[in-house]
Amino acid sequence: MTTAPDTKAAPSPRAATKSSLARGLALRWDTAVGVLLVAVLVVGLGTTEGFGSAENLAFAFNDIAEVAIIALPMTLLVVAGQVDLSVASMLGLGSALTGALWEAGWAFETIVPVVLLVGVAGGLLNGWLVTRVGLPSLAVTIGTLALYRGLASVVLGSDAVTDFPQVYADWAVDTTTVPGTFLTYPVLLFIVLAAVTAVVLHATGPGRSLFAIGSQEEAAYFAGIRVKRIKLLLFVATGLFSAFAGVLFTLRYGSARADNGLGFEMLVIASVLLGGIDFDGGKGTLFGAVAGVLLIGVLKNLLTLNDIANEVQVIVTGLLLVASVLTPRVIAAVVERRHRRAANAPAPQP
Amino acid sequence: MMLRTAAGRRAVATAAAAVSLTLALTACSGTTKDSAGSGGAKAAGSAKADPDAPLKKGLKIAFLPKQINNPYEKIVDEAGIEAAKEYGGTGKEVGPSDANASSQVSYINTLIQQRQDAILLAANDPNAVCGPLKQAMKKDIKVVAYDSDTAKDCRQLFINQASSEEIGRSLVQHLGKQIGYKGKVAILSATQNATNQNTWIEFMKEELKLPAYKEMELVKVTYGDDADQKSFQQTQGLMQAYPDLKGIISPTTVGIAAAARYLSDSSYKGKVVLNGLGTPNQMRKYVKDGTVEQFSLWNPEELGYLGSYAAAALASGQISGAEGEKFKAGKLGEYTIGKDGEVILGEPTVFDSGNIDTFDF
Repeated sequence: MTTAPDTKAAPSPRAATKSSLARGLALRWDTAVGVLLVAVLVVGLGTTEGFGSAENLAFAFNDIAEVAIIALPMTLLVVAGQVDLSVASMLGLGSALTGALWEAGWAFETIVPVVLLVGVAGGLLNGWLVTRVGLPSLAVTIGTLALYRGLASVVLGSDAVTDFPQVYADWAVDTTTVPGTFLTYPVLLFIVLAAVTAVVLHATGPGRSLFAIGSQEEAAYFAGIRVKRIKLLLFVATGLFSAFAGVLFTLRYGSARADNGLGFEMLVIASVLLGGIDFDGGKGTLFGAVAGVLLIGVLKNLLTLNDIANEVQVIVTGLLLVASVLTPRVIAAVVERRHRRAANAPAPQP
Repeated sequence: MMLRTAAGRRAVATAAAAVSLTLALTACSGTTKDSAGSGGAKAAGSAKADPDAPLKKGLKIAFLPKQINNPYEKIVDEAGIEAAKEYGGTGKEVGPSDANASSQVSYINTLIQQRQDAILLAANDPNAVCGPLKQAMKKDIKVVAYDSDTAKDCRQLFINQASSEEIGRSLVQHLGKQIGYKGKVAILSATQNATNQNTWIEFMKEELKLPAYKEMELVKVTYGDDADQKSFQQTQGLMQAYPDLKGIISPTTVGIAAAARYLSDSSYKGKVVLNGLGTPNQMRKYVKDGTVEQFSLWNPEELGYLGSYAAAALASGQISGAEGEKFKAGKLGEYTIGKDGEVILGEPTVFDSGNIDTFDF
């Protein structure tokens, strides 16, 4: 969890209360993002006509379903000090493959497991290069970012395949919702996956070991954590989720193309960082990442509804990101300085 | 390391078995392209049109270009917004900053929520925008495609800048004349899936099959994605790959300007003929310095103007989008809807050093 460096010196009970209060609220960037998300929702409901309609909310959340789903394993990767930039290319490869196989007359029920397998294979390649060959994940996945997108173009060329089965397309689009709610089925799936991922990360041994791997990989290894295997599994999971996102994207837009999801990797990583996951690894909560991805989605929808130009939207997202990286560090530095001053001050006479 | 343990091996084996089982189960009885009814719902049946209905006042129309920083589309959209003022409506332009297929979709949703009367859109992908456009039509928002069409059942009208056949063939004819019908030529297009680009390129290839062009060879179609830098690099790449290239056709305003910029500073200036579709303001410099002899384009202001009036006529119930219906487009006069809901603006204009200074767009 995101906690400030703990200080043993608690000069007075009053200061201690104050500092733990600060740690409990202000220092938790993920909480701040959650609060910001609620604030944006409230402002949107109050100021913007059409924002609160079930139809629009269904659209707004469904519109980020792929990014949100990929953000889950990405959170775990970043916590473990790794990153995967090839996710959007894997999404494109999944989409292209779905289209090519559908065009070739395969059954959709066969296509999905095949595409997922390809996702697993792509993840294995990333993981193998990182854990066995020992290359940095940033470099490896910049390479596979190009590789998988290239393969997608080979698979489908410049064609676009359309006319996927209505029954599956209906499952994915924002006009079909879980009866009585504004939740679409992809969003519902995301909620389930997020809950599972949260439990894995925060309540299981292997999940919690990610924090150890992320902050001190060597120490984690000597503590008996199977660092390489865990990292390999994370890359595989990321490949799998990305390939699935490719199928989802294809169904949602009814169009399979090699360039689908171009640039989504930045959106995914931005969401994760915005949620307070430390890019150096070892810190963060899944709640933060989920709040981050929802905040980006809701903000985009709200700004678009108010006819705010795209350039401004990009600037807003950028500023938020800088703030998300900067703020926790500034607060930590301030707190540390205050503690140091308190420690240096002459102890009060009893 | 993973497979070294028995447990690991067992897990992989189980996974493999599960997958092959799924494959076996689904292979023979699944939903395939030929079996299941795939999405192809017809557009909402259009209500009867009343040709004498006046244009409604206070109509809200929105232009959704391929991308907002495209100078050509800006001209189209601004002219359309001006036209809306003429008939007492309001117009606006919204859109994504990249020409990706999916990025237009969230804007369509927004326009539905804002209850616009009509959406005019230049599609980045004819199918990716279909679902939301059908949603819009279901809510009685009129949909007019311009510049680049959507699938036919996802819009009521398509304002075609000029007949695609004429654009494609005339560009080859012009270039052929310029290079003496001899030598290697290449095409610098926009994105790989741009509907209009691909249709024109098809007609270019058709024209090149005629005996007159038997000594001309199309060596490559390359894509600059309507991004200036990429188009520039693609031109550079073309010249490196084919130093003896005689001509380049770039049927996109971004592409031709970038290609001209590259050629004007290179040793190929004057040796390679560049033709295509460009705007006079972007190309003036290169016509004056001799890099480019001529290029063509329809008048984009008229395209936006016509689109705006067509949308208003639809929203006012004058027309429904059926073949043969007529409507009046302000100062441009009367237009008739053709097959598949197409309205054709007219013939493209050829710009050269003789007439370029009389145009300002």
